[in-house]
Amino acid sequence: MRKVYHRPEGLTDTLMRYCPGCGHGIIHRIIAELLVELNIRERTVGIAPVGCSVFADEYFNCDMIQPAHGRGPAVATGLKRANPDLIVFSYQGDGDLAAIGTAEIVHAAARNENFTVIFVNNAIYGMTGGQLAPTTLPNMVSTTTPRGRNTKLAGNPIRVCELLNSLDGPVYINRTSVHTPQWVLKTKKAIKRGFEIQMAKKGFALIEVLSMCPTNWRMSPIESSRWIEEVMSKYYELKLFRDLTKEEK
Amino acid sequence: MPKNRTEVLVDVCKGCGLCVEFCPKKIIRLSDDINSSGYHPAEIIDQEKCIGCGFCYLICPEPAMVIYREER
Ligand SMILES: Cc1ncc(C[n+]2csc(CCOP(=O)(O)OP(=O)(O)O)c2C)c(N)n1
Ligand code: SF4
Ligand code: SF4
Ligand code: SF4
Repeated sequence: MRKVYHRPEGLTDTLMRYCPGCGHGIIHRIIAELLVELNIRERTVGIAPVGCSVFADEYFNCDMIQPAHGRGPAVATGLKRANPDLIVFSYQGDGDLAAIGTAEIVHAAARNENFTVIFVNNAIYGMTGGQLAPTTLPNMVSTTTPRGRNTKLAGNPIRVCELLNSLDGPVYINRTSVHTPQWVLKTKKAIKRGFEIQMAKKGFALIEVLSMCPTNWRMSPIESSRWIEEVMSKYYELKLFRDLTKEEK
Repeated sequence: MPKNRTEVLVDVCKGCGLCVEFCPKKIIRLSDDINSSGYHPAEIIDQEKCIGCGFCYLICPEPAMVIYREER
């Protein structure tokens, strides 16, 4: 018998400390598989965010940097410009990317920097205890909006793909999810495309991935998967927003 | 001999139940046993029925599943 699916070499042997059913583990594994499949592990530097995945450097079996909250795209810019042959990915949550790091991501995208961003949207601040994130849905309960997000008071969510899609810079923008095995496969294809675009020196790629946070959503992992299917993916449309490499042909 | 084999890495599993939900053959359940981290790990009820699709691996956040397929 042939071993077809197993822990990829792109992950270390350290067991991940995420909550049961957390999407971060799935997304880490997808990236780790691609590091091996694209044969780029030895020349890849990942940027870990601040958030639940702040310890991503312990989990990915490649070089990693863990900069200040939200500054991943700024560090990735310097790293990639100084070392164009490295493969650089920035892994960021929604608090990291769409709140404290909004300026960095918008300008990196506008400049069409040649690295890959994996943006994990779980609609909440996971690490700090479930506070409102820029991506928290209208009426969604968080610890800082216990009666649900009142958009008159707490403002409206930011749809990052749509926002960045208004810029001329980015080459590739896609929104996927990891709430079912089928979507896990689609996410892998999308992130693969993001890396390939970087390897071809074509420019900026961002893949937004809807991801379960059962703990702070106060749901079971299965309920969380259903909630993405029935609610979250209706607000954050799962689609390819842009692939400029296709238009070139 | 079953055609395909699914192995659960018992002490890596966190008993989240996602594989139980998405196995198309419904041959996974959470065990009554408790693993070294205090979770009820997944177990395969009927290995013969496994089609080696890998859905349980794909949805597993840890990943605590290893899938073997028959050589063709
Ligand atoms: C400069 C700074 N401000 C605030 C914090 C507190 N803090 C830690 S993680 C976090 C947000 C995490 O949310 P997100 O990026 O969505 O990641 P998740 O934990 O949900 O994966 C905040 C505000 C910090 N560590 N540093
Ligand atoms: S709090 Fe949420 S995002 Fe953080 S590890 Fe737990 S499930 Fe994952
Ligand atoms: S490989 Fe497919 S059929 Fe076999 S246990 Fe996993 S999900 Fe079920
Ligand atoms: S998906 Fe993974 S962690 Fe969750 S119950 Fe199944 S084997 Fe265990």
